[in-house]
Amino acid sequence: MIFENIYDIIAFILSSAGILQRMQSYSDALGIPIAPKLIIILVESALLLVGVALMVMFLTWMERKVLGHAQARLGPMITWYHGLLQPIVDGVKLLSKEDLMPRRADKWLFFIAPMIAFVPALLVFIPIPFGCCGAIISDLPMGILYVMAVSAISPIGILIGGWASDNKYSLLGALRAAAQDLSYEIPMVLTIIGIVLITGSLSLQEIVEFQDKIWFVFLQPLGFIIFLVAAIAEMSRIPFDLHESESEFVAGFFTEYSGMKFAFFFLAEYAHLFGIAAIMTTLYFGGWHGPMIPMIPPIITSIVWFTLKVLVIIFFTMWLRATVPRVRVDQILDIGWKVMLPLALFNVFITGLLVAGGVL
Amino acid sequence: MMSVTDNYLPVAMLTFVGVAFVFIALFLSRVVRPSAPSDVKTEIYECGEVTIGDTKFHHNLQYYMYAIAFLIFDVEMAFMYPWAVHFKNLGFIAFVEMFIFIGILVIGLIYLVKKEALKWAQ
Repeated sequence: MIFENIYDIIAFILSSAGILQRMQSYSDALGIPIAPKLIIILVESALLLVGVALMVMFLTWMERKVLGHAQARLGPMITWYHGLLQPIVDGVKLLSKEDLMPRRADKWLFFIAPMIAFVPALLVFIPIPFGCCGAIISDLPMGILYVMAVSAISPIGILIGGWASDNKYSLLGALRAAAQDLSYEIPMVLTIIGIVLITGSLSLQEIVEFQDKIWFVFLQPLGFIIFLVAAIAEMSRIPFDLHESESEFVAGFFTEYSGMKFAFFFLAEYAHLFGIAAIMTTLYFGGWHGPMIPMIPPIITSIVWFTLKVLVIIFFTMWLRATVPRVRVDQILDIGWKVMLPLALFNVFITGLLVAGGVL
Repeated sequence: MMSVTDNYLPVAMLTFVGVAFVFIALFLSRVVRPSAPSDVKTEIYECGEVTIGDTKFHHNLQYYMYAIAFLIFDVEMAFMYPWAVHFKNLGFIAFVEMFIFIGILVIGLIYLVKKEALKWAQ
């Protein structure tokens, strides 16, 4: 049995239990034959949401632990084993916090900004292969272009949030954050062209399968460095975290947010971190490829490999956060436009030359 | 081979699930949380100072230059993706053609840098 995506897996499980056939006959009788399909897609969407939420919870715990140990502290220790339940406690706290809104804020924009930041951070995960044998929501033929397009929506939420807060600091922070996102999106998308030149496909599944023998880190070393720097900027991690800039603008665009609305900006930030690390794994570190262990189904081993690679990348960004100071806004933009962009074009040039010459 | 609808149906569904999740969470917190707004609480926070002047102020136009430059290079990238996908079939002549196109844009970028258009106003 070969599965193409998670939809097929769920459909197979349901039909072998006989549920799918019964659902189909009910919906045929009701005159809506598409209903079982929609239900399966709803189930897989909910599964993805839960998976991302769990990962985000783990990441918030990991961030505190890594920073704690980097600063010779212990980090959270009280809630269960090494503070593993800390994210749940945090969630309960945020849920029960009063939700304040500045007097002159734009009510509707203030309300939808966290949503606009949060939903695209989830949508990024649809074409990413989490493992072999169909552990993918939908293998979009546009793959990587879709990912880049969707992740470019988040800055709009940031801008709206900064504008709607009716706070000078928030607006300035939001403008800086958006300028940073714009500036680093170009080198990021340009370096991916190097990979597309080699594979000749935009589908992330095909890009992963291409890295069967050799990972793209080794074929595209310059491209990887540019992508890494741009990714850190897009993930808004120190040294490029103008999004928060707590030493200049209190907390940047979410200064005025509290309670659950703040929680969604927070969730969006970590989901984005996870998303970009997953894309980096897929593009440069061979995705789910890794030595398969006999006796265990390949789908599980490959998901474990994928998760491990993602966690290593995220650990690296946390390590960076504990090590380096923040770069100033004009320096960030200068690096983006005057160093990263020419380097990215140079990378495309070299890769194009090598591919045309038949080396790659 | 899956159809376009099959491919993109999860995108629509996940958008719906995500938005629904936000609404459910906000509703839940509305049930649980206290709500006692007051004049002091709804003031904006600017490092503890009372805010001076209008908060909806004019921001400098420098930001626009980045947006325009971004637009130019974004369109360029949109042209480069189909070229990259079919690059192996097109051969060397396509490579030369694309880099004449990119060369013109690089000259534009150099001009922008020399004119100091890409400089963040202090």
